[in-house]
Amino acid sequence: MRWSEGEWHGWGRALRAHGRLARPEKRADLAAILHDMPCPAIGNARSYGDACLNGDGAAIRMTRLDRVSDFDPETGELTAEAGVTLGALLRLFAPRGWMPPVLPGTGAVTLGGAIANDVHGKNHHGAGSFGQHVTWLRLLGADGVAREVRPGSDLFRATVGGLGQTGVILDVGLRLAPCPGQAVQVRESRIAGLDTFLDRLGESRATYCVGWIDATARGAGLGRGILEEAEIAAGAPPPVSPRAPATVPFDAPGALLSAPVVRAFNAAYLSRVPADGRDRQRALPEFFFPLDRISAWNRLYGRRGFHQFQCVLPHGSDARLRELLEDVAASKLASPLAVLKRLGDGRAGDLSFPMAGWTLALDLRNRPEAAELIDRLEARVVASGGRVYLAKDALAAPERVARMYPALSQWADAVRQADPDGVFATDLVRRLRLREASE
Amino acid sequence: MTETWIILGATSAMARAFARALADRGAGLVLAARDLDEAEQQARDLRLRGAGFARAVAFDARRPEGFAALFENLGEGPVNAAVFAGAMPDQSAIDADPALIAAVCETNFTGPARVLSLLAPRIEAQGTGVIVGVGSVAGDRGRLGNYVYGASKAAFATYLSGLRNRLARRGGHVMTVKPGFVDTAMTWGLGGMFLVASPEAVAAAILKGVEARRNVIYVPGFWRAIMAIIRAIPEPIFKKLKI
Ligand SMILES: Cc1cc2nc3c(=O)[nH]c(=O)nc-3n(C[C@H](O)[C@H](O)[C@H](O)COP(=O)(O)OP(=O)(O)OC[C@H]3O[C@@H](n4cnc5c(N)ncnc54)[C@H](O)[C@@H]3O)c2cc1C
Ligand SMILES: NC(=O)c1ccc[n+]([C@@H]2O[C@H](COP(=O)([O-])OP(=O)(O)OC[C@H]3O[C@@H](n4cnc5c(N)ncnc54)[C@H](OP(=O)(O)O)[C@@H]3O)[C@@H](O)[C@H]2O)c1
Repeated sequence: MRWSEGEWHGWGRALRAHGRLARPEKRADLAAILHDMPCPAIGNARSYGDACLNGDGAAIRMTRLDRVSDFDPETGELTAEAGVTLGALLRLFAPRGWMPPVLPGTGAVTLGGAIANDVHGKNHHGAGSFGQHVTWLRLLGADGVAREVRPGSDLFRATVGGLGQTGVILDVGLRLAPCPGQAVQVRESRIAGLDTFLDRLGESRATYCVGWIDATARGAGLGRGILEEAEIAAGAPPPVSPRAPATVPFDAPGALLSAPVVRAFNAAYLSRVPADGRDRQRALPEFFFPLDRISAWNRLYGRRGFHQFQCVLPHGSDARLRELLEDVAASKLASPLAVLKRLGDGRAGDLSFPMAGWTLALDLRNRPEAAELIDRLEARVVASGGRVYLAKDALAAPERVARMYPALSQWADAVRQADPDGVFATDLVRRLRLREASE
Repeated sequence: MTETWIILGATSAMARAFARALADRGAGLVLAARDLDEAEQQARDLRLRGAGFARAVAFDARRPEGFAALFENLGEGPVNAAVFAGAMPDQSAIDADPALIAAVCETNFTGPARVLSLLAPRIEAQGTGVIVGVGSVAGDRGRLGNYVYGASKAAFATYLSGLRNRLARRGGHVMTVKPGFVDTAMTWGLGGMFLVASPEAVAAAILKGVEARRNVIYVPGFWRAIMAIIRAIPEPIFKKLKI
């Protein structure tokens, strides 16, 4: 088993690690690696910050262990290896009437990564988080022993949303959800401002619901955007435009996402949707993974990369959310990517991100002013009793994160027990001193 | 009647991608590999993807006593085969231990060739059937960095050329595949890789080549031009180059 030495990074490209990567192609290879040189597992490095980094160390890329090994077409119970991507599962099972119950915004996320960050989708208010659909998992521990871990145990709660710190997830039992058709019926509505947006998101009965926000708009237009409400529709997939997936071949220059360009882009984007809304049919991957149509779009932010700031604010903090958006708009640092969603209270792990409330996600080009802005936003999030999403985080400070995640010490206890020597520690875990937490 | 494919070296990343593409169209698959647990894991995956059947059988290219068992219980449909087994030890390791030369030749050439020679009469009797043999661009010229590996692949290519000649007379077809750099365990962590193809792209190119009954394919196709240039370099110059 050879190691690949070099530099790697998460999706945001702002933080990088130099180290050694293994990519086992066989289960026996993985066992040998854990025996000789135990180190954290990573998936497709779709985390934005340093959750998937282990600088001056090693990591195991799980993407080649991607087999499905059991499926019950009556119940939708699936067993698969942790390296398979959710996009691949959707492709494989949707034609048979089943789909992953929770889908994040990119199909490249692996099963292991989806569990280790207990990811949420556009249906979180109804379906809960990914980990709530996991029926069991097989975890390879620091001692090299494989354990079956089931919901209800401390180890399960520490593993789901547990950032890979309890061991390497090898096999997963997942309950797929029925997939009633191959198309998605989407209702797009133009929303004039934040209050309307929150009302509409709160009232919506749609299974899938997500808001795009023009984060450059201020004053009366603050929080304006497009609301997408969607249901899977029976029948065949609508024709997808034959255009081949595009790729961004090189790092874009900074001017590309300068404030005037973003403002103009956002205004144009908003006006695509007629004032009285429109209905569209989309293919499943087009709806769930809109950004996957352009591969390596993260290079649009230039060589120094970007940060994604994602927080959740509990219900009752609408005024704070307004302050947050005002700060973002005033900073002139916003990019076109800004998403507002409603989350329910579904979560499966000690460190799971979701809580009932509003989640806001923004991409910000990596520069000093962005870090200052994020610092201010975080302060507001802590004050409102909300939290930032560790899958996206690159900048937070340990004290703040400890306040955001009340079950942190419980998690740290379980992790220290599972991995006393810290062989699975990552850059994020060290930066935020997560394993050191205690009552 | 579904087609059956015997896949030698089924645990290779390229073979896995190829087997998945075949499972998509319902083929029956015999996964011949050294690591049986791994091949079983793969067989389950392929069955769930639509393979008519998929099962693992023990195969070590260096243990000919096991070869006959590969042909048991092959089902009704026409039998085809694809060879992915291969080994590429560092040239420096071979220089230090020339006994490795025999091992490389057994894995890359004589072992697979013996299996294919056992299969040939069956293909002749069927009057149809395809054999895919994975060689390498490395077989096109002996290079400083891997000339024993290259020699074994050149021998295999020559064997395949003769077998093609033989089977073509009776309705069979043999396709030689010469990949450039492919992103697999064999190249993971090696320096100096460029224009690296994914195993899925190679698998798709192989299937396409089989459909079109191509004789020799380079994958990706531009390697044909690159190797034509490398072959054209006169020996007095070539011997001074480090490529
Ligand atoms: C375009 C885009 C859209 C996104 N949209 C959403 C969204 O809508 N909702 C959401 O919740 N998230 C979203 N994300 C974030 C993404 O879902 C998470 O970061 C996810 O964890 C990435 O999975 P990965 O397989 O790439 O894992 P990596 O990023 O490689 O790793 C993430 C973590 O998982 C651990 N890990 C990975 N595999 C294993 C394993 N086998 N065993 C143990 N630990 C493991 C790693 O140690 C690390 O801590 C999005 C990301 C992108 C790039
Ligand atoms: N990767 C490239 O850039 C590249 C380029 C040109 C040609 N090729 C050729 O492509 C083929 C597939 O290789 P790959 O890149 O997919 O690498 P790989 O994953 O290392 O595959 C090699 C395969 O050969 C098997 N094998 C090795 N020794 C064997 C033996 N004695 N008996 C039976 N099987 C044996 C291995 O089985 P185990 O799993 O048991 O080890 C493995 O399945 C090989 O023939 C290789 O030479 C590769």
